Amino acid sequence: MSPLAKLLEAALFAASRPLSFEELASLDPDVGEQAVKDALAEIAAAYDGDVHGVELSEIADGWQFLTRREYAETLERAHVALRPRRLSPAALETLAIIAYRQPVGRLEVDEIRGVDSGAVIDKLLERGLIEVVTRGEGLGRPLLYGTTPPFLEILGIKDLGELPRLDELSVALRPPAPAEPA
Amino acid sequence: MTTPVIRDSTGFIVELEQFSGPLDLLLHLIREDEVDITDLPISKIADQFLAAIHDLGLDQAADYLEMAARLLRIKAQMLLPRRLGDDEWEDPRAELVRRLLEYQQIRELVSWLEAAAGARAERFGRGYAAPAPDAPEPPLVIELNDLLAAAERVAALIPEPMLHRVVPRPLDVEGATARIMALLEARTEFAWSDIVGTGSSVVDVLSAFISLLELARRGSLSLHQGEPFTPFVIRRESPREAA
Repeated sequence: MSPLAKLLEAALFAASRPLSFEELASLDPDVGEQAVKDALAEIAAAYDGDVHGVELSEIADGWQFLTRREYAETLERAHVALRPRRLSPAALETLAIIAYRQPVGRLEVDEIRGVDSGAVIDKLLERGLIEVVTRGEGLGRPLLYGTTPPFLEILGIKDLGELPRLDELSVALRPPAPAEPA
Repeated sequence: MTTPVIRDSTGFIVELEQFSGPLDLLLHLIREDEVDITDLPISKIADQFLAAIHDLGLDQAADYLEMAARLLRIKAQMLLPRRLGDDEWEDPRAELVRRLLEYQQIRELVSWLEAAAGARAERFGRGYAAPAPDAPEPPLVIELNDLLAAAERVAALIPEPMLHRVVPRPLDVEGATARIMALLEARTEFAWSDIVGTGSSVVDVLSAFISLLELARRGSLSLHQGEPFTPFVIRRESPREAA
């Protein structure tokens, strides 16, 4: 591997979170963007295929070494690592609504789910999967929520563009009508 | 379709695993019956919904009750007669169907998210630490005034310390000696009551007594007591030679 690729490999090995492109590029200020991209591709290629137990993953707007899926059970059984707890159906519903409607307020989440979602939203805020992004225009200027990088991380996706498009779903809906003043 | 529903005596539902809301339950019933969601047999579904929330012990949960009321209203509206070819007629089910479809879409996204999160959970990153246990109770939030008031209440329970002040009360042995010597000059014999009057303080009595003992030791006087607990008599002695 090239010296830059080896440097990036070391950084990615040492980090316990996805490293952004900017972070990786800052390791060597003398090289250009293209060189960093090439180096990343070099590492990905080196770890691709049936050669290593880990692979380079593009995740949450960054890169991270992750173990291959086939070892999950063995690693877990040996207590080397543990799968995170699953999200509850209520949490997933709320996340889905916030991911697709963001920025979105609690009232809209409540209405779509048909139940009060205050407690679920608080839990998701606490876990850092959503955050308050702005305030709405309406009465009381309600808090509006959006998803965070940790949300992308727990799904293992690079960005929100990797979520399924609504028109690809079997139930296609027209976009919601703008709210009319009561 | 039995699910453990934990309720306390007030009928408040603590946890519900199987359905995440009335829309979820409604979708479940519709799927079970394999009916067309856009042409809901509202009467049948409403009856099933009522029976289901009763069976599940959900008939006191506001969200479910609201849906039950909505279903019954739609059912009633469907029974109203309408003219054939009436363009003005609006299907009372339309809003419910729209919400059901919207919710169904969310459920579909939930399946996708669940699969993605499940796949990600099987890939471990470096330095993976087991997820922290549930967060502890949030730190106590307290106003300064409340804290001070609480401190005062605690302080009030502490008993007032018992202080014993020790003050020096010098005995006036010299004064008493002078008074006794004056009496000795005047009389050869006199009584204890001649030295201390009835209004004498403890200090005066002690001073006089010590003075008497000292003068007796020196041989200036002698003390005589006829019987126990009777007043003693003080007599002048001629000074003796020290042994």
